[in-house]
Amino acid sequence: MKFVTKIAIAALIAAGTATAAGAMMLPQDRDPAYAAARAAGQVGEQPDGYLGIVGEPTPQLRALVSNINIRRKTLYTQSATDEGSTVEQFAFVTGCRLILATEPGEKYQTPDGRWMTRDSSPPVRDARCLSNGQ
Amino acid sequence: MIAIVNRNRWRETLAAAVIAGPALLLGGCINISAPDKPIVIDLNISITQEVVYRLDSKAQSVIQQNPGVF
Repeated sequence: MKFVTKIAIAALIAAGTATAAGAMMLPQDRDPAYAAARAAGQVGEQPDGYLGIVGEPTPQLRALVSNINIRRKTLYTQSATDEGSTVEQFAFVTGCRLILATEPGEKYQTPDGRWMTRDSSPPVRDARCLSNGQ
Repeated sequence: MIAIVNRNRWRETLAAAVIAGPALLLGGCINISAPDKPIVIDLNISITQEVVYRLDSKAQSVIQQNPGVF
């Protein structure tokens, strides 16, 4: 009986560890198509926290961008609820960080709607963004 | 005789209408051209610096925990 209990406990611990390990490994890197579109400057970060199409939209780009943006909106909505803010506010603050985190060669949009290519200089962002973010 | 003249007039009127109709429609077409200015996105959201500070660390963790989405 005791032995059975021990096995049961061991199984539970093992299951718990496996779940934790699974959760740890959950964050997946960018989809190759998304990574390629970013690197090619076909998509870029908008000040509102969402991804945008930079040049001529193709059905493939539209699908890619809306897929990412739907997932972003889900995260923004959850986080905004947790933080007691509006979805737009949370998306905006995240957008400040996302533009700052763009790498040289990637595209981002300025507050007045122009698409810029990130270089080594600081990106042009909304005045309300934190300067020391990241 | 009067009846024939009237019928001819009616035909002329009909012919004129057939020709003039599409012409009027064409004249009524509105040409829409793409704006040459960049589309200004609406960033008219209400957010204070205090709220930006408050949300910033959560925004950072959301980005870090979901690398495939950002």
